[in-house]
Amino acid sequence: MPVLGPEGPRAVTAGAALLAESLESPQVRVDWRPPLQRLAPDPAVDAANARAVERMLAVRPQLVAVGTALDSIPGMRPDLLMHSGPPLRWEAASGPLRGALEGALRLEGRDSADLEPCHHHDAVGPMAGVISASMPVLVVEDAETGRRAFSNLNEGLGRVLRYGANDEAVLERLRWMADVLGPDLARALEAGGPIDLGSINQRALQMGDELHNRHRAATSLLFRELALRGLGAESLRFVDGNDYFYLNFAMAAAKLACECAAGVEGSSLVVTMARNGTEFGIRVAAAPERWFTAPAEAPVGLFLGAYTQADANPDIGDSAITETYGLGGFAMAAAPAITRVVGGDAQSALAATLEMYEITLAENPNHQIPGLDFRGTPTGIDVRRVVETGIQPVINTGIAHREPGVGQVGAGLVRAPLEPFLAAHRFLAS
Amino acid sequence: MLHSASVSLLVEVRPRQYHDSIVLMVASARMSAVPGVEAAMAAMATPLNLVLFKEMGLWTEELAQAGDSDLVLAARGPEPEAAFLAAERALTERGTAAGPGPLAPPRTMRTAAGLLEGANLAVVSVPGEHAAWICWDALTQDLNVFCFSDHVTLADEIRLKDEALRRGLLMLGPDCGTAILDGVGLGFSNVVPRGRAGIVGASGTGIQQVSCLLAQQGVGISQAIGVGGRDLTPEVGGRMAREAVRRLDQDPETDVIVVVAKGGSDLAGLEARKPLLTGPDLTDLALEVGGGSLPADPPLPEWNGGVQGIFGGGTLRDEAAAIWGDRPGFNAVDYGDERFTRGRPHPMIDHTLRLDAIRRAEGLVYLDVVLGRGAHPDPAAELAPALAGRPAVVVLVGTDADPQGLSRQRTAFEAAGAAVFTSNSRAARAVLSAGPGS
Repeated sequence: MPVLGPEGPRAVTAGAALLAESLESPQVRVDWRPPLQRLAPDPAVDAANARAVERMLAVRPQLVAVGTALDSIPGMRPDLLMHSGPPLRWEAASGPLRGALEGALRLEGRDSADLEPCHHHDAVGPMAGVISASMPVLVVEDAETGRRAFSNLNEGLGRVLRYGANDEAVLERLRWMADVLGPDLARALEAGGPIDLGSINQRALQMGDELHNRHRAATSLLFRELALRGLGAESLRFVDGNDYFYLNFAMAAAKLACECAAGVEGSSLVVTMARNGTEFGIRVAAAPERWFTAPAEAPVGLFLGAYTQADANPDIGDSAITETYGLGGFAMAAAPAITRVVGGDAQSALAATLEMYEITLAENPNHQIPGLDFRGTPTGIDVRRVVETGIQPVINTGIAHREPGVGQVGAGLVRAPLEPFLAAHRFLAS
Repeated sequence: MLHSASVSLLVEVRPRQYHDSIVLMVASARMSAVPGVEAAMAAMATPLNLVLFKEMGLWTEELAQAGDSDLVLAARGPEPEAAFLAAERALTERGTAAGPGPLAPPRTMRTAAGLLEGANLAVVSVPGEHAAWICWDALTQDLNVFCFSDHVTLADEIRLKDEALRRGLLMLGPDCGTAILDGVGLGFSNVVPRGRAGIVGASGTGIQQVSCLLAQQGVGISQAIGVGGRDLTPEVGGRMAREAVRRLDQDPETDVIVVVAKGGSDLAGLEARKPLLTGPDLTDLALEVGGGSLPADPPLPEWNGGVQGIFGGGTLRDEAAAIWGDRPGFNAVDYGDERFTRGRPHPMIDHTLRLDAIRRAEGLVYLDVVLGRGAHPDPAAELAPALAGRPAVVVLVGTDADPQGLSRQRTAFEAAGAAVFTSNSRAARAVLSAGPGS
């Protein structure tokens, strides 16, 4: 009676080549290298991670409302500016963030305000991520749990607040968004009901978006939903003119899913990756109040016009919440149209996604990739797997000019620094 | 100094020609990289990009008429045509990826397990401090585990074995040197015939000694299940040995169960309906199971002085040391012990340490040489010359089917003047009765 099975041993080997070579059976070898820190098996952590990632996957994000930040986000107040990434003081802010904060102060007619991360208020914002009281925000809700997450509205490309531009034209656009676009969107949702962002995510992934640096399909799908709900022509034209319009929707949906996974005791699941232009920070499900940070690095990428790597600001924005939720860089295999961002060809896009399966806990059945035979995207980063493999999460991102007000100068790729993951692992192990 | 009289600006609008912005950024970079080019860009004529063209000094009136769906190529320099050519190439080139090429090798046990359909076994030999994590990963993928690594904590060993039992899997090791499962050898193992004796053992070389002596009597084995050096200690409590015995008890291809234990083992919990044999002397055990006999002992060489036992196998050392007791002049050292193997290969693979010991030794050299898979490809080639011209006893553990060939090795050692045994306890007793103090 066979001990292993009717076909005899079929082995996976890790370690000395000698033992693998003398083994007379079909085998696959692990390309094993020593982990960055010692790892200890712990069924309690396994169970906590299973619970946490299950919560993340169970979320069904619906866009239910658009309202001002003051009315919509609990804890928002007139003398508060929210920003992207981990907490920082004004003096530490990089060029684009300073420009955005100054612009928001003028927009609100204030001389000063307190600074707090969007992430401390269930919110996210791309690039500088500055949200002030009067700005319209998306309210995304999980149908099952009723939990909510928020993001601001996307201004478009070029000279925009999120890249630190704050001239009169920028503020004028923001006023129009508050006066016209926001109320328009609110009315459309009231008239036509919530919009299922989960469904748009899934369809867009199958239409070539990865939902961080490419939103062309998702924005088009959103356009249809908004048109059916009678969104005004001027607002529709604005949506039509910005292929990145859906970015903030994808981010709010991702934030909601990550928020639902936060607070599971013992879990090493990453629930936040975010940058403020100075620091890169992560948070884990076991201790969502605690940031683990390292200096932010400048993304490597392709540059618009005559801009070069020297113009690039260190990595900035909450948009890495998409990767935290298995989208963006993790879903590169879905987006062959932008594979050149990750250094070349369809093969490298495939490789980027496949590599991320090594460090994630689950495959999201609601985020399937046709090119991988409808395998779900790698979802839910496990700090322990990052420590085990040294594989750094891949993040697709826009690149801001280091001076405020210039705007986007490129798009590219950044790898999350390892240090925060190592610090988080030390914390979890203690 | 050259004047820039020859610098010219070339701008071309290509109506309704669309390219993705990423492709256009690549094209722009290629244009700018052409020697001599001062400024260049390829972009769709969106309002934003038109501002950029203007700022870069790439503006012509023609652009005022261009719109969102028109492509613009613009370059300024001595030969803007060269930049256009570079753009053209970037816009028309196609990747070569026709299908999946070689992908990165798996970095984790979990991923590797997913790449082999029907995977049922993990063979782990990473440094001990990292082994428990890999073994756990394998168990959670429903793989049986053969763990060669040692230096795993007792708590981790117990945790791994309990998890394996919970999942109905085998957790062989840590510190498991040998197994033969379904006819396939793992770790250090000999090529022995299949048959109806099932072996469970806490000692790798012990299992090898018994299985080879069974083979010598024409008796084959059904399974040889190593459970790791600590399994039969009171702390681990024979967790995996009991499971192995249970399985062999139920196995219709096993008639007799042989338990190979180290001295001081706790065998109380091992029970079976089938005959279950065990004992401190591996040769006696093998003969009891096989019902056969061994050829007569070879004559020992003459020697003066003591006996230096230079062992590679801990169990064989212990067996000889137990026979020699505290007889003066008899020394037994295990060069496979961790104080010798830290940072270097095991003496079954690398003879450096034992060759040194042979050179230093006085009196009779007593050497165990274990053949089989994983062991040195030709031990006699290195060890026999060192024995030439001096009194020596060699215990050869192996079979003729082993890659090194028992007969071939025997001939080489005998040619060097050594007395060759296949039984460690027989050799130890022979030396004891002929040695000093007898």
